This record gives sequence, structure tokens and C-alpha cells, in this order.
Amino acid sequence: MSRLSAAFAKDHPALVCFITAGDGDTAANLDALVAGGADVIELGMPFTDPMADGPAIQAANLRSLGKGTRTADVFAIAGAFRQRHPDVPLVLMGYANPMVRRGPEWFAGECVKAGVDGVICVDIPPEEDADLGPDLRKAGVSFIRLATPTTDSARLPAVLEGSSGFLYYVSVAGITGKQQAALDSIQQAMDRLKAATDLPVAVGFGVRTPEQASAIAQVADGVVVGSALVELVGKHGAEAPAAVRELTAALAEAVHNARKVAA
Amino acid sequence: MPATRTPANSYRNQPDERGHFGAFGGRYVAETLMPLILDLEKHYRAAKADPAFQAQFDDLLEHYVGRPSPLYHAERLTEHFRKLAPEGKGPKLYFKREELNHTGAHKINNCIGQILLAIRMGKTRIIAETGAGQHGVATATVCARFGLPCVIYMGSTDVARQQPNVFRMKLLGAEVIPVESGAKTLKDAMNEALRDWVANVHDTFYIIGTAAGPHPYPELVRDFQSVIGNETREQIMRAEGRMPDMLLAAVGGGSNAIGLFHPFLDDPDVAMIGVEAGGHGVETSEHAASLTGGAPGILHGNKTYLLQDEDGQITEAHSISAGLDYPGIGPEHSWLHESGRVRYLPINDDQALEAFQLCCKLEGIIPALESSHALAALPQLTAEMDEDTIVVVNVSGRGDKDIFTVADALGVSL
Repeated sequence: MSRLSAAFAKDHPALVCFITAGDGDTAANLDALVAGGADVIELGMPFTDPMADGPAIQAANLRSLGKGTRTADVFAIAGAFRQRHPDVPLVLMGYANPMVRRGPEWFAGECVKAGVDGVICVDIPPEEDADLGPDLRKAGVSFIRLATPTTDSARLPAVLEGSSGFLYYVSVAGITGKQQAALDSIQQAMDRLKAATDLPVAVGFGVRTPEQASAIAQVADGVVVGSALVELVGKHGAEAPAAVRELTAALAEAVHNARKVAA
Repeated sequence: MPATRTPANSYRNQPDERGHFGAFGGRYVAETLMPLILDLEKHYRAAKADPAFQAQFDDLLEHYVGRPSPLYHAERLTEHFRKLAPEGKGPKLYFKREELNHTGAHKINNCIGQILLAIRMGKTRIIAETGAGQHGVATATVCARFGLPCVIYMGSTDVARQQPNVFRMKLLGAEVIPVESGAKTLKDAMNEALRDWVANVHDTFYIIGTAAGPHPYPELVRDFQSVIGNETREQIMRAEGRMPDMLLAAVGGGSNAIGLFHPFLDDPDVAMIGVEAGGHGVETSEHAASLTGGAPGILHGNKTYLLQDEDGQITEAHSISAGLDYPGIGPEHSWLHESGRVRYLPINDDQALEAFQLCCKLEGIIPALESSHALAALPQLTAEMDEDTIVVVNVSGRGDKDIFTVADALGVSL
């Protein structure tokens, strides 16, 4: 069983945590996520033009690039994480241009070398899969696609085709870290998605608090939290790991026990 | 409508059904936007086939924009270059006078087309990005004309240096939102417009200002701007009884250039030159020449030549002309560049500034700094061309908006 499959096969919903590579002491913050109870790690690849992100992650991208983070550094961070945490799944999330700059074959190869389990690319929809998908699949790296409230049932099969690991449901039409979706709309989306795929479905965008995470975990296979963690990194700098661990622990408790509480 | 037939090996049959111009173009957008741009494409196909849509577009271009724009023989500039050229050299120069359009540039042609499309799709709110403010003014103009609310994203750096256009947009009823992210210029304004769009897909239409972005934008902007080239064909036939030998246009995103070039692409004897902004020189890091100094990549919905580093991070563009100050270029130009059909060359800030002044003095026309880049390529291109050849330059916009920048560059305080 792959690391990603194992994370979603636990007897509780998965907590998926995002931070931006090269922002703050990334290694220490990643360790704090694991110590706090994160089940899956999303490591953001910084990009100059993060057009799907809200202010918190935009700022994290600029902080990271401002410190001189290079693509090689992102893979070094991922590879070192894999050494320290052989069993925790790690996914790279970012934008197409830094991923394809040296060719998709190169990128997929680096993912394998660094022990990256999956890739989420914001701006490669199924229609442009050829730019990245085939090389990732050949290398055995999951290409994790995004479904959104605007993904209608006619499109859904195309989104699912060739994706693996899990499906990332973007619960609001918008950018990261802003408004939160109504719970009943998430419930309806889950019903629709689960009818179309056996992949686990993680829900993200706008999830900030343990309360929100708990509510979503009652209907989803996983809950993604990003901006709230990234804000802590921005606010606390070198002291961030303690704060990151604390929030992660609260989120993990809420997500892992969501169904017990409900029952 | 195209004035020429389309042969099998045509340069005019791009993009393919997936929006690709050879290796360029495409639809590189977030999943939230995909259904919308597929819908836009469907509506555009229907509009293109609808004579009523075309008739309304043509009517507005005639009575609201003031088309056709003249094709003008620039007699004194012709004489000027003949004097500098070897005996018997120096072509006859014509200007396609897009600067005489309502709002002072070619931008309005596209805005008319897109707002008609927005209304046809039942959208009730318009957004746009702008750099210098020309596209913002054109968008605010058509929104006022059709009574739709309008939000313009503009980098705060550009807001500060383009105050007259900011005020124009406000007079026209638009809300101008200064963008504080990144370098606070056109690229960042486009990011912010995309963020707005993704959050408001249900009611909002994004009027993109140039022949770039996700398919079908590069195609539809080109089609709306092709009125420039179609008119030029008719006008030059009337004036000279033959096709021109060369077409010349400035290229930022490239909408004025593709609008002039596209109807002529299958005329093998018509040479075409796209002029990129060389800023302080393409050998420096301060320029906006994506084709000359960039590499293919993915940004803002399309695959095209971009200014970027070896990690694929986008680098800042520089040009004295705010309208050319963008690190990318429309995907059809990337394809025309690689296929060799159009030649692209860079012109630096100081050359553009010189051409700007020359055109003012010899023709009594204050050209936009963008168009001045095209004019500045004339000395190197025309010296070897015979006197009986014909060159058409697209004077894409008027330069009134640029007088502060020019005064500053010349050390004059206003």
C-alpha cells in the first residue's frame, strides 16, 4: 500500500497540512506538523505569480523567494523530510511553470529521488495533462487533481481520469484562505464525488479552525488546512514551530475524533 | 470577416480545437475556471456564426469607435528616411491610424467585441486588468456605454504614475482597485483579476486586454482586432492597387500586431515585423522582449515565451512604455516567431523616445510610446528597401497619455 493510500485507510479522517517550502524554518515546521498529528503533508513550491492563492500564501511565496529559495532547495527539503519521516506522505503543491521548466521528465525524476508521493498543480487542468501527467504516472508519482463547485458531472470523469492518491475538493469558488463553504454544499459535493470515484476526497480552501475542520471531517475523507498554518509561520518566524505544532494538534484532535463526536 | 481564402498549409487556421497555436496557447487555468472558459468558447463560436452579432459589432465600430481608421501616407517621414537612405532606397510609408479611434487606441475594438459577448452570455459584472490604463479606460468606456458595473485592477505602481487614466476610469464610472502584490504592475494586476474572476465566475466576465490568456481569448481578441488588417487590405488596394511589402507593429501582448498581421499571413510577399520592447537593452536584465530574451513557459492561462529564470520564476519586465511592460506575449506570436513567418526584433527605450519626437515634428502626430517602438524600427528596416516598396506601420495609439513620461525622460519638468 502506498503512503498516501495508507494515510487515508486509517480508522479516522485524515488531516492534510500545507506550508510553503523555504518560508521560515521549513524543516522544523514540517516536523511540527508531523508531531502535531498531520496525516499528509503538502509542501508548497513557491512561485512569483500564485494567482489561485489569497494574501496569506501569496506573502509566504514572496517571503520564500525573497530569501532565495530555488527549486533545488524545495527538493532538498522534501528529501530530508523523507529521511526523517519514512512513512508520512508528502505532496508537492504549486504552479505549472516551475514544475515544467526543466521538462516534466526531470521534475518527475526529482520527485522520485526526494520521496515525493504526489503532485498537485493548480494550473494544469485535465485538458493540458500532457504537460505533466504522463511523466508523473510513469514515475509512479500520484497526480492529484482538483475538483471544484464548478466541476459539473459532465467534466468530472475527465478530472478523475489519470488522477490518483486522493481527490482535492476545492470547496469554494475562489482563492485560498478566504471564505468558508456552507456545510450542506460540501455534503452534497461529497455525495456527488463519492458516487463517481473510489479515491479518497480531501476538502480544502477556507478551513481555519478545529471547529470547521471537525464539521468537514464528518462528511469528507480528509481536511486540508493551509493559510492558517502559513500565517503562523509568517507571524512567529523562528518561533513558529511551537505555534504550528499547537494548531496542528488541535486540528488533528478535531479531525481524527470528528465521527466519534458525531456518533 | 477574413478577406482571403485559407489554403491547406495556411498560417491562418490556428489555433486547433484545443486552443493550441503549434506548441503554444492552451488552457492552463485553475479547475474552477475551466467550465467557464469552455462555456465562453461555446458562446463565442455561436456569436461568430451569428450575423446579428457581427452586424452589431460592425455598427458600433463605425458609429461609436469611428471606424474605419484612415490609412495615411506619411509623406514627410517617407522623405526623411529617403534622404538618409542610399540613392533609390527608402519605401513609401503609410500609417494605419488606430490612434484616431475613440479612447485613442486599438484597445476599444476588442472591448466592444468582448462586452457584446458578455451581454450575450448573460454576465452582469465586468472586470479587467490594466497596465498604463489604456485597456482600463477602453473597458470602463464600454461598460458605461452598456450600463454594466466595472472593476479595474491596476498595480499600485501604475496607479501612481498614470493618475490621468485612473481619473478617466473613475469618471466613466469604474471602480479602480490598486494591486499591492508583487511588483505592483500589469502582471500583478492580471493575477488579481484572475483571483476576482475565480471567486465570481457565476456573474462576472473578464475582458482581457490583449491576445493572450487561456483559449479562446487569444483567438477572439485576434478576431476582434483583425478589423485593423482587413481594413488595411482594402485601403492599400484602393490607394496603391497592390499589397504592401512590409507590415510593422509594436508587440507587448501583441493584440494590435496580430490584428494587423493576421489577414495578411497567407500573402507570402508581405513581410511582417513585430517590435518588442528592448528597455535598456536585451543584453541587460531590464527589458520586456519575451521572444528575443525569454523562453517558453506557462503563465496566465497560456503557454508562451516568458521572461523567467532557470527555475521558472517570472522575472520583472521593463519598458519606458507601460503598455509593453509585461513579461509574456500572446501565444500566436510565439508560434509565428518559431515558424519564422513573422520576424521579431527589439527596440530600446532611447530609440523609441527618439522616434516619438521625430513623428511629432515631421507628421504632427503624437504617437503612443508603444507605437513609437514600431516607428523606431524604420531606420534599420527601410534603408535597404527600394523606393517603390510600401511599408505600413500600425500607429496603435496616441501619445497624449505619455507626455509626462516623455517629459521626465527628456529632463523637462511640467
